[in-house]
Amino acid sequence: MPRSDRYSIFSVFLEGLRGQTGWGPAWRKASPKPSYDVVIVGGGGHGLATAYYLAKRYGLTNVAVVEKGWIGSGNVGRNTTIVRSNYLLPGNIPFYETSMKLWEGLEQDLNYNAMVSQRGVLNLYHSDAQRDAYARRGNAMRLHGIDAELLDREAVRSMYPWLNYDSARFPIQGGLLQRRGGTVRHDAVAWGYARGADRLGVDIIENAEVTGFRLDNGKITGVETTRGFIGAKKVGLAVAGNSSRVAAMAGLTLPIESHVLQAFVSEGIKPLIDGVVTFGAGHFYVSQSDKGGLVFGGDIDGYNTYAQRGNLPVVEDVLEGGMALMPRIGRVRLLRSWGGIMDMSMDGSPIIDRTPTQGLYFNGGWCYGGFKATPASGLCFAHLIARDEPHEVARAYRLDRFRTGHMIDEKGMGNQPNLH
Amino acid sequence: MRIHCPHCGERSLDEFSYLGDAVVRPDPASPNAQEAFYTYGYERSNVAGPMQELWYHAAGCHAWLVVTRDTRTHEILEVKSAHEVALARQKVAGTAQ
Repeated sequence: MPRSDRYSIFSVFLEGLRGQTGWGPAWRKASPKPSYDVVIVGGGGHGLATAYYLAKRYGLTNVAVVEKGWIGSGNVGRNTTIVRSNYLLPGNIPFYETSMKLWEGLEQDLNYNAMVSQRGVLNLYHSDAQRDAYARRGNAMRLHGIDAELLDREAVRSMYPWLNYDSARFPIQGGLLQRRGGTVRHDAVAWGYARGADRLGVDIIENAEVTGFRLDNGKITGVETTRGFIGAKKVGLAVAGNSSRVAAMAGLTLPIESHVLQAFVSEGIKPLIDGVVTFGAGHFYVSQSDKGGLVFGGDIDGYNTYAQRGNLPVVEDVLEGGMALMPRIGRVRLLRSWGGIMDMSMDGSPIIDRTPTQGLYFNGGWCYGGFKATPASGLCFAHLIARDEPHEVARAYRLDRFRTGHMIDEKGMGNQPNLH
Repeated sequence: MRIHCPHCGERSLDEFSYLGDAVVRPDPASPNAQEAFYTYGYERSNVAGPMQELWYHAAGCHAWLVVTRDTRTHEILEVKSAHEVALARQKVAGTAQ
């Protein structure tokens, strides 16, 4: 083990004196063992968090995470880094608040700087009807002990005086603010969980793409990968974006479509936006990174796709939303844009459940809200795999809820995934 | 991505709106209609590759189209009017009877 394995001001100071010679890699490059108690497919945020909590909270350390590329190369490194727990429905609120609380203690728990910044998430409203809907949402949150404040126009103006309050079409009337919401450095979440899991004995196996599952009498016995067969008593799938493709190898058809969500970052500018702001009348939300770039996004493109890129109509739509809300960004240049593939479920809510195959567990359907869920998703998936029963805050995320009519449809859009 | 509408020619994507997989609606009178409608409503094959899908030319001729598109590359392989596709399917079903 390297000399300075635990990060602290003292280790930084000590290594400064010793020429930085005592640092080791944050995680080992593990090669697959013949078999494990649990194999997690997918080395993104959710898969790594699952492995970490399996080892940390449930005492299962004979665990491997298999990842087709390098860890954090998927959506955990492609999102807009926002965390919040401002949900409305009973199935969602306790889960996302569990996640929020885990975010609040994450850095101490992992001994890793994930740059958790509770800078506040402000959802603007532009009409009386929208204010009523936000008041209802805020009340639902407060009934669950979550912070929510309904701001009027002047209170919003005192926070962001330069927004366009006098737009004839969508005047800002106020906003719903969750002060505990904010942003987290996304890559550091993957790295922190990977390091934490590795220290507890989890093998993180990169460049191992799953090509099939091996079954014996309907029970899982392992996964076929590009680095050979790996035996497993239990297998957990955390491959959102590609859930349908991986589940199909186990003969499972899912209530999921894959869609692309685009995100954008501008050139670095001086500090402008110290929180997260969402436009209530169009598809635009924005925060500012610590490097100074405006990080923003909008809605999914709306057609099925596995290509990690989108099309121009949505780019135009997002930028129009940005200009309507904050005209002063008009001369800021766009640095880059990219796309990530979302598991869009039939009700806009995720799935954490057993599958009909014994020993195979599924975690997916995160729509465009997977990042904020990372810690709770990992915890609840670890609970499900270790105990074979759902965690109490994830009981509603059943795979069969569409058959039984227990949908969790925050937007009330029905089974049309491109409208969620 | 641009779609070649059989009535209007090649048009920009923002003229169209998307419904989804162009699967055939089950027969409500069939004995297993409940199961068939569950599958139709909630399960998706979510193809990675060429997929037949329904698009509506909202800012054009208002026709429904069946577009065959590769979901990995966005390449559009074929566009047909949904009306013609439906007639062709009926013909096939008729021959089968």
